[in-house]
Amino acid sequence: MIGLLQNLVDAASLGSLYALAALGVGLLFGILRLVNFAHGDFISIGAYALIVPSFEVTAQLFIGTWSWWLMIPTITLIVVIVALISDALVFRPLRRASAPTLMIASFAVSYVIQTGILLVYGARPKAANLWAGLDTPLMVGDVRVPLLQVITIVATLVLMAALTLFLKRTRYGTMMRAAAEDFRMAQYLGVRGDFVIGLAFAISGVLATAVSLLYLSQTGTLSPTMGVPLALFAFVATVIGGMGSLLGAVVGGFVVGVVVIMLQAYLPADLRAFRDAFAFTFVILILLVRPSGIIRTRALVERV
Amino acid sequence: MTDVLHDLPPGVEQPQAAELTAEGIVVRFQGLTAISDVSLECKRHQVFGLIGPNGAGKTTLVNCLTGFQRPTSGRVRLGGEDTTGWTPDRFRKNGVARTFQAGRLFRDMTVAENVEVTALGLGMSRRAAHRHAMAMLAWVGLGDRADTIAGTLPYTDERRVGIARAMVLSPAFVLLDEPAAGMSDAECDDLMHIIAAIPKEFTCGVLLIEHNMSVIMGVCDRIHVLDGGRTIAEGLPAEIRADAVVISAYLGMEG
Repeated sequence: MIGLLQNLVDAASLGSLYALAALGVGLLFGILRLVNFAHGDFISIGAYALIVPSFEVTAQLFIGTWSWWLMIPTITLIVVIVALISDALVFRPLRRASAPTLMIASFAVSYVIQTGILLVYGARPKAANLWAGLDTPLMVGDVRVPLLQVITIVATLVLMAALTLFLKRTRYGTMMRAAAEDFRMAQYLGVRGDFVIGLAFAISGVLATAVSLLYLSQTGTLSPTMGVPLALFAFVATVIGGMGSLLGAVVGGFVVGVVVIMLQAYLPADLRAFRDAFAFTFVILILLVRPSGIIRTRALVERV
Repeated sequence: MTDVLHDLPPGVEQPQAAELTAEGIVVRFQGLTAISDVSLECKRHQVFGLIGPNGAGKTTLVNCLTGFQRPTSGRVRLGGEDTTGWTPDRFRKNGVARTFQAGRLFRDMTVAENVEVTALGLGMSRRAAHRHAMAMLAWVGLGDRADTIAGTLPYTDERRVGIARAMVLSPAFVLLDEPAAGMSDAECDDLMHIIAAIPKEFTCGVLLIEHNMSVIMGVCDRIHVLDGGRTIAEGLPAEIRADAVVISAYLGMEG
């Protein structure tokens, strides 16, 4: 029983990270029909921005040594700027392109960022110790909950609540929801398309930053491709959640988190190396039962 | 009627254009002529009917008049100004609004938000946009459905939301594409009251595409008849009703 509770806390924490990453992917998909595989590299940028550029194996924190109230906004700003630049240079010229073209362009952005990181920081993975104090466990009954997991879950809930409030209660949030449903119609009614898309990129940058910091402080390792599996799981989460639904992205993120952790915990030791294969098999099963995802939307209906 | 209905954001004035004119409009799609040399003039204080059998080119013409379709040749003028090259949103900002046959509501948003987002897009503050949207909805008789998710509305109510959305910020002209389709007689009566009131309430000209002859004859000041992309008649409702060409092309088929 204790073991199960422990696993559930782990699942909620990992699911939070996937849910945050999936929200960033889902937001851009909703508004632009872009499946942004470069989202994982936005996450890498946020992590690498913390350290001194060098080829050393042990990363030396630079911005990472600042107080959190200065460090978090600075890193956020850097990631948001990268997201906005990739929109301006790559995705804006492709506004009328098809969804597959956009996706392929996002792979290009992803490789450019990875290569950029490689040139500045080298190819080898680095160890970095961000927020070392946060892995002290809290004992809740007999369940050991690392403080960092609590922070991850709380930060995720706060960001999701903030995003919901933004979308439901503000001027630009209303416009963004309209644009996500019918971009051309929203534009006709006076919503400025490029502005709303830029805003979506900026928000996905903020979400990516949160994942960067939380993920790095959990794993303690940096590598140029660190964001790739996150983007992949985020994409899978948006698909099983229901493409185009933000609630679906969150639900999908948590489902993937639970599946991965439970497989890790309960698979026979010999099969544990194939955890992800089992996870993706489970995803296929979900899609066989609900081909349009857990939360259905009209986002995939072809627009006239 | 409250004044909120006529609210405009600061710095915006109601457009002044007195007429919306099509001059010798021709539209060809890959060699197929959808509209050949159609001219008409919609005036600010009129309800102008546009009728014709299916495929006559009515919606294509409305698309030309609102920037959704570029004419192969010919011009659209708004108050004398040449609109060549204008985008649909430029037409909307300059006071030419429209509705769509398919409704085109934001189906996951509430009815009020559907109207509000137009007011926001055209420059109103959130608070003003909400007041304006509620007044519009009350005016089309949907005040009690403001919080309904638009996708769950009956088909006929969707059309009224579309009209409310089109009338946001008092346009100079509104083009209604078959608003009565599928409506019962009672709903048609309500709709006719709404349409007939637009020129007086908003000093806004109406161009009405409709198949329902009792709606057309009931509210139009002038009627233009298209068949096969060509003008076959234009005149007062009584003249159109008596026109032999129109009867054989169109009205006769109504039985």
